[in-house]
Amino acid sequence: MPKVIIALENDISTDDIYPGRFMATVLPTETPQFAFFDRTDFNASLKAKAFPPGSVIVGGENFGCGSSREQACSTLKGYDLAVVARSISRIFLQNSINLGLQVVICPGIEATEGDDLEITADQVLNHSTGKAYDQVKLPAARKGIMDAGGLIAYTRARLLARG
Amino acid sequence: MGMSVVEKILARASGLPAVAAGDVVEPKVDLAMSHENAALVINQFQEVFQGTGQAPTVWDPSRIAIIFDHRVPAESPKTATNHKKIRQFVAANGITKFHDVRGDVGGICHQILPEYGYVRPGFVVVGTDSHTTSHGALGAFSFGVGATEMASAWALGIAVNIEVPATIKVVVSGTFPPMVGPKDLILHLIGLLTAQGANFKVLEFHGETIRQMSTSGRIAICNMSVEAGATSGIVPGDAETVRYLREEAGVTDAIDCVTPDADATYVRTVEINVSALVPQIACPHMVDNVKPIDQVLGIPVQQIVIGSCTNGRLDDLAAAADILRGKKVAEGTRMLVFPASSKIFAQALDKGYIHDFMRAGAVVMNSGCGPCLGVHEGALGDHEVALSTTNRNFKGRMGNPTGEVYLCSPVVAAASAITGVITDPRKG
Repeated sequence: MPKVIIALENDISTDDIYPGRFMATVLPTETPQFAFFDRTDFNASLKAKAFPPGSVIVGGENFGCGSSREQACSTLKGYDLAVVARSISRIFLQNSINLGLQVVICPGIEATEGDDLEITADQVLNHSTGKAYDQVKLPAARKGIMDAGGLIAYTRARLLARG
Repeated sequence: MGMSVVEKILARASGLPAVAAGDVVEPKVDLAMSHENAALVINQFQEVFQGTGQAPTVWDPSRIAIIFDHRVPAESPKTATNHKKIRQFVAANGITKFHDVRGDVGGICHQILPEYGYVRPGFVVVGTDSHTTSHGALGAFSFGVGATEMASAWALGIAVNIEVPATIKVVVSGTFPPMVGPKDLILHLIGLLTAQGANFKVLEFHGETIRQMSTSGRIAICNMSVEAGATSGIVPGDAETVRYLREEAGVTDAIDCVTPDADATYVRTVEINVSALVPQIACPHMVDNVKPIDQVLGIPVQQIVIGSCTNGRLDDLAAAADILRGKKVAEGTRMLVFPASSKIFAQALDKGYIHDFMRAGAVVMNSGCGPCLGVHEGALGDHEVALSTTNRNFKGRMGNPTGEVYLCSPVVAAASAITGVITDPRKG
């Protein structure tokens, strides 16, 4: 069962997730080393691969606010993490869908580090507290991109359909 | 049922008679802007074409703009190599709206686009920068996207799967008191709405104060609309839009201002009267942590920054120079000035503002993003405080997670440079 590896406050910005000073690094294969770089201990644990794929970052309101930098998503995708937050800023949400990073909007979510979370089709279950929280469905328009496995594959299919 | 400005623009760009908030559309893109992160866009763009048997070809090189501004001149071999890779792509694809590291046509993307007439009312503009909201100042629907979404637009010429955003109407009335202006208005509004109050929504600006506001001020308010989470800010095109494009951007072809229907649907209306507004300060570490200046007076400041895509235009520099002329930047405080474009830099030279800044002890830098994103020119030392006319104050934003950034207007920054503490310019 996936565990919560960090529970964060409201308004986590993309500067927090991926500091601007590392923006010259762009390739998804190279960005993971800088995830939450200024949270030194957490960054070290990520790099040490202390967390299995599917582990969950829990956020508060307005997760991913700020810059449009896609590195903020690729850096988390590099560890195959999932994000469950009370609300998510528009560009971060779209970038996550485009890159195939699992993001879940869950307005009532309450969880702390170490909790066991299960993400179902429409709920998030906190097995450590025994509580269940409803998800806000992602916009239906995004389904095509998610079903294709991300925007690159989706755009490629559209290109081929054009001939 | 009537349409808001953005609904009208999206209907037209999508070939539909009408759209409403929540509809999914695929509008044609009129302009696609990137900066140094074009290095990532190019990578994603080439990946899109892998296995298709098609050569990677952009849909229309004349509708792509690339402006180097985030790290100019390059601060590291890595950035210099990104610049080189982008130059090669620009040349190979015949992209003409390219602004390299130059002292004549260089500058910050959100100033270059209006300055060169690349944006028109009614356009759909996408940019790989969250402050792409700036171009709503010219009546365009202009929003930030990630690099992969840009790669998709370069390939297809459309923005895929766009949900028509709902619109918040902001009606601004009254006359700004002395030393209070557009920056104070937008900070006040962000404080009212909160940092996510306009998430997935558009801010559409109306009222006598907006009608009388220069394009420079409109760019500042649309620029910072994203700090309330907005997909875009927009000022419906009007006489000032046409004047700016004709007189300052040299546009000669037809300009078609799109205006909202009288019976347009808004999710919310916010009314603000600016006649009694006081200078506003966004305090660390969120842009919606906004306070009237009297609550933060006297806080010592080690670094003053005037410039950026928010407040680096000629009127901003003029207002700051008027305060600093014949005065000195306080000992123990350093002041950095970043004009928004090389053209503005040259105008400020001609007007004598650059001399005013230098004689006062400020360091005037080439136009670019400078310390605003914490990578280049002007990092903060441990536990230092900056007072800046830029648009973000997130933790770590000026390169040091222990630093603190306060955001303000150019006149507050200039008055505070002289004293070394946050100072009310109305009492200078």
